[in-house]
Parts: sequence; C-alpha cells; structure tokens
Amino acid sequence: MSLPELHTNGSTAPRSLAAENFAQCPLPITGHDTVQLGHGSGGKMTGDLISKLFLWAFENPVLARLDDSAVVSLGDSRLAISTDSFVVDPIFFPGGDIGELAVYGTVNDVAMSGALPVYISLAFILEEGLPLADLKRIVESIRRAAARANVTVVTGDTKVLNHGKGDKIFINTTGIGILEHDYDLSSRNLRPGDQLILSGGLAEHGMAILSRREGLEFETPIRSDTAPLIDLAQITLDVGGDDVRAMRDATRGGLAAVANEFAVASGIGIRLYESEIPVKPPVAGACEFLGFDPLHVANEGKMVVAAAGERAAEILEAIRKHPLGADAAIIGAVTSENAGMVSMQTRIGGWRIVDMMVGEQLPRIC
Amino acid sequence: MKYLDEFRDPDIARKILGEIRRVTTRPWVIMEICGGQTHSIIKNGIHQLLPDEIELVHGPGCPVCVTPLELIDRAVAIASKPGVIFTSFGDMLRVPGSRKDLFMVKSEGGDVRVVYSPLDAVKLARDNPDRHVVFFAVGFETTAPNNAMAVWQAHREGLDNFSVLVSHVLVPPAMSALLSSPNNRVQGYLAAGHVCTIMGWEEYEPIVEQFRVPVVVTGFEPVDILEGVLMVVTQLEQGISRVENQYSRAVRREGNMPARDLIRRVFEISDRKWRGIGSIPMSGFKLRAEFAAHDAELLFDAGAIQVDEPEICISGLVLQGLKKPYECPAFGKECTPMTPLGATMVSTEGACAAYHSYHRHQLVPDVTS
Amino acid sequence: MCLAIPGKLVDVFDDHGLKMGRVDYAGTVNTACLEYVPEASAGEYVLVHAGFAISILDEQEAQKTLDLWDEMVEAAASEGMDIFGMPLDAQDHARGSTEELP
Repeated sequence: MSLPELHTNGSTAPRSLAAENFAQCPLPITGHDTVQLGHGSGGKMTGDLISKLFLWAFENPVLARLDDSAVVSLGDSRLAISTDSFVVDPIFFPGGDIGELAVYGTVNDVAMSGALPVYISLAFILEEGLPLADLKRIVESIRRAAARANVTVVTGDTKVLNHGKGDKIFINTTGIGILEHDYDLSSRNLRPGDQLILSGGLAEHGMAILSRREGLEFETPIRSDTAPLIDLAQITLDVGGDDVRAMRDATRGGLAAVANEFAVASGIGIRLYESEIPVKPPVAGACEFLGFDPLHVANEGKMVVAAAGERAAEILEAIRKHPLGADAAIIGAVTSENAGMVSMQTRIGGWRIVDMMVGEQLPRIC
Repeated sequence: MKYLDEFRDPDIARKILGEIRRVTTRPWVIMEICGGQTHSIIKNGIHQLLPDEIELVHGPGCPVCVTPLELIDRAVAIASKPGVIFTSFGDMLRVPGSRKDLFMVKSEGGDVRVVYSPLDAVKLARDNPDRHVVFFAVGFETTAPNNAMAVWQAHREGLDNFSVLVSHVLVPPAMSALLSSPNNRVQGYLAAGHVCTIMGWEEYEPIVEQFRVPVVVTGFEPVDILEGVLMVVTQLEQGISRVENQYSRAVRREGNMPARDLIRRVFEISDRKWRGIGSIPMSGFKLRAEFAAHDAELLFDAGAIQVDEPEICISGLVLQGLKKPYECPAFGKECTPMTPLGATMVSTEGACAAYHSYHRHQLVPDVTS
Repeated sequence: MCLAIPGKLVDVFDDHGLKMGRVDYAGTVNTACLEYVPEASAGEYVLVHAGFAISILDEQEAQKTLDLWDEMVEAAASEGMDIFGMPLDAQDHARGSTEELP
C-alpha cells in the first residue's frame, strides 16, 4: 500500500470551521532537560535512560544482558548479583513496608536468575527527623524478611540527610546468590512455541500503595503481594530444568514491561490471553475507577516464567501447589510473528497491542 | 463487576456481531464521538471484528485532546507561580504546551497535584488557607456538573483561595460542525453515553432532523458499542434516521436534572476554540460573572501566549474523522506517546495514542511497505 | 471522554453540607458526591465519574439488553451453531499456535 496523500495545515479544512486555526498541534517536546518521574517508572522513559546513558557509559557483556541480576564467575563459583534502591510512599502500606520490600525485591531479582540468594547488603539514607520508632519497626521487618528468605545481612551503611532533602527513608540493598546449575536463563532465550506462566493475580502491590497515597486514598482489602519468590523459582527449575527459558518478577511497569522486555530481547512475538490473566476483583475495581490498566501496575511477589510449550502445564501444576502460586495460570504464548511486540487476545476475541507505559500511570477522567 | 462483566460477555458480543453482519449490505461510515469509546473500541479490538463494510471513525470527544494549546500554556504559567497549588485530573499533566507540560512544572518545583474529584481540590483550598488552589476544569458535559459543584461549594464556603481554569466544551455543536463540513464522511453517530447521562438526548433531535443521520446514545463496554453499531447500521440500511438510546440503564431522555440545573447556575454557554478543529460558536462553557472571584483566567495574568505548530501533524483531520492516525507520515516515527506532536497522541484516549498503544503493528507495516 | 464506572452505594453521609456516599467497586470502596442522585439509597448501583455519581443504574433496563441477546445465543447454541452459523466446536481459539494475527 502506498503512502496516503498528505493533508496538513488546512489544505482540506472544512470552510465551516475556522480554517486559520486548523490542525492545531503543539510543538514537540522530544526530550527533557531534567529528570522526570517517568524516568523511574520502569517504562519506556526508564528504558531510554538505560540504553542511551548507562549502557553507553558502562558497556560490557554482563551488563548488556539487562537481566534482573548479573551472573558472573568468581573462581569456581557462578554468582548472581543484583542491586536495588527502594523509595516508596508511604513507607508503611497494607501488606508490608519499605523494609521487607527492600529484602524481597532484591532476593527476587537474584532468584530470577536461578540462583539461591545467600547474602545481602543494607544501606540506609535517612531524613533528619524520621522517628526512631519507625526505623526500628522497619529494621525488625527487614530481620523477619531476611529470615524468611534465608539470607544474611553481611554489610551496611547509614547516611542522614538534612530535613527536607529526602523523604523519610530510602533503602538500597544488594543481593548475592549462588548458582548451583548450568541452566542459561535469560530474557533473550525465548523461542516460538514457548508459553508464559504468571504466578498469581496482578497489580496488588501498586494498588495497595496507591490506596494510601495522599490525596487519592480509598478503602480496599487489597494488600501488597510483597513476598520472596525463591521457592517458586526453585520449584520451576526443579520441574522444568533447561526447558525453562527465563524468569522475571513483574515489578515496576508490571506484566506489560516484562512481556515487552522478553519480546525485544529474544526477537520474538508474545501473545497474551486477556481472559486467562488473573486479577482479583477489588484490584480490578480499583483499576476501573482510576482508569488504570492492571497490566502496567507494579507487583512485588509475582513472577513470569517462559518455558517450552510442552513443559508449561507440568511447571504450572507444580507452581500452583505452593501457596504463593495458587492462582498461577498460563497467560500467553511465544510466536515467530510480530517480533519484538506483545499483543493480547481480548475477552471478546479481538486483539490489541500491549505496550510499555510511557511514564507514570495517572488517574484519568477519560 | 456487576454492570461491567455482563457487558463484556464474549458470547453476547459474538451474537451481536453476527446480527451486524446479517443486516449490513453496503459500506457505512460511523463516528463514535467519545474518546472513551475510541479507547474501548481499540482496547477490545472491536473494530477488527466488524465487517469490512463498516468503518468506525474517531471523533473529537477527548477533552484532553481538544483543550487549546494557549490554555495549556496558561495552566503552565499559573502553576509556576509561587503560592499556587495547581490541581488537575491526571490526564492533563502530560499534555505539552508550546514549551513545557505540567509535569515539567512539577519537576522544576511547582506544586502540581493530581486529584480524582474536583471536590478534592476544594478540600485542599479549605486545608491550605495561606495558598491559592487552582483546579484545571476541563471536560465535556459529563464533567461540567462536577466542576460546577466545586465552584459552587467553594463559593458557598467563602473559599476565596480557590479558582478554576475553565476549558469546557460541548458535544452537539461539534457534531453539527462536523456534519456541516463539505468533507464530511460521517453517516451515523454513536452519541457519547456519559455525556447523555447528564444532558439526555433532546439536543440531538434537531441534528437528526437537519442532517438526517442516525444518532444512537451508546455505552462503553463491548456489548454496548456493538449494539450501538447494530442500531445505527439498522437505521442506515432501512433509510431512516432518529435518536435511539442503547444505554438505557444509565441514560434518560431528560438527562440528570439536578446536574443540568447546577451547570446552568454556574456556567454560561460561550464560543470555544477546539484544539485541532478551531473555534466553534456556542460550543463551550465559561463561568458566569457572579463567580468571577473563582475564575483563574481573570485572577492570574499569564502574559501573552505565543503559539507555534509543527506542520506535519494531522491531528485536526484525525479529530474530524477525515484521516486515520496511521495515515499520518509522522505516526509511530517522529510522533509517539513519548514524543507527541499532537494532542491526539498525548492523551491515552486520543485516537493516535490509542492506535499506537493497541494497534500499531498491523497498520504501520501497511502504510510503510 | 468521561470514564464512568458502576459501583454499589454502601452508605450516605454529609460532608460540609454535601450529600456524599461510599461506593463499592467489587470490594474497593471510594467516596462519591451524591448531590446529582439525591434519591439514591444504599444498595443501589450508581455510575460514578470523577468522584460524582451521575446516574442511578436501572437494573431492569440492563437486564432487558442482556436477556434479548442471551435468548439469541441460546437459540443458536441449541442448533449446535455459533452466531455466525458455524459449528460450535470450530471456534476454540488456537492457543499457543503461531498463526498470523488477523
């Protein structure tokens, strides 16, 4: 099909409308001079920052894989390393707090490489004036979470910022895990015929946080799903072995971001089935009235597994036996068509593209 | 969810599609006025399921898209002023003015906040007597009563630190303007269900009378939209035109009387400029003079606003249903949701953004091959 | 334009002289202004747009639409056909296939 004839700036403007004002468009804002919130959203703007700035600066084969954790060899050992900073408002939220989030977020990234997390570091950036009782509560939460995830806190750091220069508390954690197998798990490994398993309902963390966000508060039974995914990852590998292509926890950017990363990194197409994707009713309700798409909302205890199609049912069955995977489902398949893109068969049988979010999701009126 | 899940039922959707196929004998062009319906159509893939004869074109019913650039610039200027808390629905924050958007104002230290309800902005004014709270009152008839109530309530409480920047537009004048155009292709309308929840459908009767086009008040779920299409096509095939109401669970003929009443008390009808379309007489609301103390446009001197436009963008044609987003040479190239050239790419509800997010890969190869 | 969502009215209260209510959306509850649906009472479903209930949903009207189409679906199914006149067993979607998108 040839390009359509181009009409711009009033060449076909109806006379009944003010022709001189026709085809109003704003000037493009093609870049930003300052850092925007969207740069941290896990969506396209974050991706841009990583590929155009960070990868450019630090280019090396380990980093270039862009998996959740780096897999490196040290002596005879293969180690997985991952680091993550946690800034969350509010710091205590339904179903968790910034402390356990900082532990589980990092051990999950390590676990997604197939490694068993062993050690974590813990760095606090505290704002002057933070109640010590809050800090104590957070530290106790970290202790419980580390015990549950079976990791040891082996090093740490503390900095304090002047009042107003930070927001109560920021935490950075780095996790180290050991790989006891040779499976090559990577978002670059997917191939046509593979299937995608999601370990449970979407969008619980993001909506739990939002329900306590100043100015937007709403009442909901939704609790953050923050949890360690170590068991589920080990179960997946025990059953699936080297038929498991990749595992990812669907955090910022949600399922949509993970699926898009898979599609781009592996150069394949992904087709999701809307009717198979679990979302609990109160979560769906909150997403509806705010105009959010649950596919883009953050999770902190859900993983996506890509595995050979013929093994997916078996892996699913094993995951579902674990309490954290009770609602797991096969939600999509890998295709050779539409490489680099994620599409979704809608409930009524149509289909659409599932893109990454551009910036932050915001409540909308339309 | 009750009243949602039933209207997303695939069996019923397929049944209606079967009926549409059965009654359709010729090509028809139908416009859904409302951006929310555009969003639903693309998000559910409804347009691909319709028979080839039926072309859905997307109307100008996105308040974010049609808010004039000068007004975005004015909002940016006001939000940048010290002492101001600038509040808005989330949609408007990303819309680029000629130099910056409201997000940038926030990142530069401006106090820009997202609210869910206009009454949340009133509460902010109540809680912050030493600050001035401005609410960006955009929207169609659906949102007008909410914004009217915010002004009314602030006035009643004597909150002189609350004002609104009004950009309210009305659907029926835009429908008439589109039908009056010599380039008009639209043969039938899906009228915007939620607008009609407030305004009813009496206003469409003169339009049907004058232009002889079917108008069907339609809801937003797949079953609603398909049924609306079926009702329009049935009228077209039978050569008749009248106003029908598909969305009868929510819309009554007279609309919502208490809401219409407060709109009348707070706003008066005025000419409005629509981004991408131009000025349409009597197509918007402005605050009545008695509420001048709450009119941000009068309270703040935002200075002269200079507006420049990129030449390549065809969003005006898209808004009028004369072009599809993928017919734009910039679509998906220079113009993406991250780097929008036109308002229709900015709002998630804009036709270009909806196509980009949900529909890109079938269409882009088509027009570039 | 105008995202509006149905929810069940849980209760009614006054806030600075305005009639307000709590509305339940499948378990998540948020407040909405009820000034435009003054006759609404707890248990009814209202349509909420940007923090305001703008209409009380009419259950009978909703059911009318659904019943009409339900009957037609059942009528077709009883003949072993889908609504396009194709045999029902042919419409399962081809999960995991690599078919070209439509």
